Amino acid sequence: MLQTKIHNLVLKNPVMTASGTFGYGEEFADFIDLNRLGAIIVKGTTGERRQGNPYPRMAETPAGMLNAVGLQNVGVETFCNEVYHRIKHLDTNVIVNVSGSSIEEYCKTAAMIDALDNIPAIELNISCPNVKKGGMGFGTDPAMAAQVVSEVRKIYHKTLIVKLTPNVTSVVEIAKAVEAAGADSVSLINTLLGMAIDVERQRPCLSTITGGLSGPAVKPIAVRMVWQVAHAVKIPVIGLGGIGSAADALEFLMAGARAVQVGTANFIDPTVTMKIIDGLGDYCNRHGIKDINEIIGII
Amino acid sequence: MKKYITDFTIIEKHIFNENYFSLTLQHPQHLPEIEAGQFVEVYIPDNKEVLLRRPISIHDVDRDANTIKLLIQKVGKGTSTLASMHEGDILNLVYPLGHGFSQQGNNPLLVGGGAGIAPLLYLSKCLKAKGITPTILLGGRTEKLIPSREEFKPFGTLALATEDGSIGEKGLVTQHPLFQGSYDHIYTCGPTPMMKAVARYAMAKGIPCEVSLENLMACGIGACLCCVVDSDQGHKCVCKEGPVFNANQLTTWINN
Repeated sequence: MLQTKIHNLVLKNPVMTASGTFGYGEEFADFIDLNRLGAIIVKGTTGERRQGNPYPRMAETPAGMLNAVGLQNVGVETFCNEVYHRIKHLDTNVIVNVSGSSIEEYCKTAAMIDALDNIPAIELNISCPNVKKGGMGFGTDPAMAAQVVSEVRKIYHKTLIVKLTPNVTSVVEIAKAVEAAGADSVSLINTLLGMAIDVERQRPCLSTITGGLSGPAVKPIAVRMVWQVAHAVKIPVIGLGGIGSAADALEFLMAGARAVQVGTANFIDPTVTMKIIDGLGDYCNRHGIKDINEIIGII
Repeated sequence: MKKYITDFTIIEKHIFNENYFSLTLQHPQHLPEIEAGQFVEVYIPDNKEVLLRRPISIHDVDRDANTIKLLIQKVGKGTSTLASMHEGDILNLVYPLGHGFSQQGNNPLLVGGGAGIAPLLYLSKCLKAKGITPTILLGGRTEKLIPSREEFKPFGTLALATEDGSIGEKGLVTQHPLFQGSYDHIYTCGPTPMMKAVARYAMAKGIPCEVSLENLMACGIGACLCCVVDSDQGHKCVCKEGPVFNANQLTTWINN
């Protein structure tokens, strides 16, 4: 009833976890059955180990939070040699979010992940707002976005999802560019560039001054962008941004998302993904829906 | 150590003063294993201005009564909401989180300041249960900023220091005569400058020292990577790899 597809990926249900909010999944194993998830998208992975930005990296804002973690991660080699072997047996789609500062770095990482049997897809992160080089720089210009996607496409043979930034004049233009360059799916939105100031200390709340806004505050923007992109591209769209309930997830599905990702809400309730999956099933039962795909894109 | 998400009932609220209060929370069944120095992430109910859980040290554990006690300082919107709650209300906790104190040493010193005294109560209780009598040195700017001090008395030799001399020795904890005793292990939690001073002293004397850090946190389980400290081995999550660290892992942080 809840099964859905993203390119060649079959998802048990449309609920995925958003990169950077779910670690490698293991962090949540005490709280939920990871195998019930449609997919797990693990922490953004780069060509080399990264330390990320200095503390403080987080600030709570009304109905949201700013972060400036800056892609702290173990690097692709440690991921392949160590982390992968701990999570490869999970009975769900484990997807690696691939980030970088150069096309070469994206390609190196994607090629190493391509060789891992139990990773059926990557999510190419051309939208991280918290790194000085690369990241969002690739995602804000249609030509650069197309270039990095087409280079990765040459060496990556499985499902290629491209994660888009909302910090652009036209997200539709970027989505069309990456579709033309060979993306199998797009996911959106990454965080919105934001800023907060501690007025008592007269200093920015984040060490990097600006950071990425996530949480319920961004949801209406995300739903609007998903709706715009879903009407403009033929490849499946994955929606995220402020999802914390089944009703939130349904908004994205009705706006045209074939699947959704849950991010910040995992921090508030580590079991929230299970509640959303159950809630989607209840909704279908209540409305006599036999297949969740019946409601995808009805708006 | 397995982590849980559970609804607790507030069975006792004690108000020390306008800055500090404690909540005693009862678990519906037997409590799981909990280490002194671990913390909980508390869901803040009914406040639309608060999105994230709040990390709070475990002050005390009563395994017979299945209760956890939290000592809370009112510092912002989250803790103010908790201060407005009543006996009988439900609080949802994710717990027990992080690594606690090692409980090593036969003649340990515990140094706490302000809200940082919270995890030291259960530590002193656990040490006492092992037959060890710690020296407990608690400090604050003034008397009312050392709440719950009386509760430490059964578990060790208690000494106090206040900057205004309103109780105990006048001055900082590091200026207290008992601070420079001969100890074989030091545990500290409190304001960062205090912990750094204690750790620098301990390292200079070659005494093993454990510090308990408190950084801004979102998830509390090592997923978001927001709460990092710049350790000698790179960024470490205070929530997962801490909150208790050996001082010798943090030499750069301590000396900055």
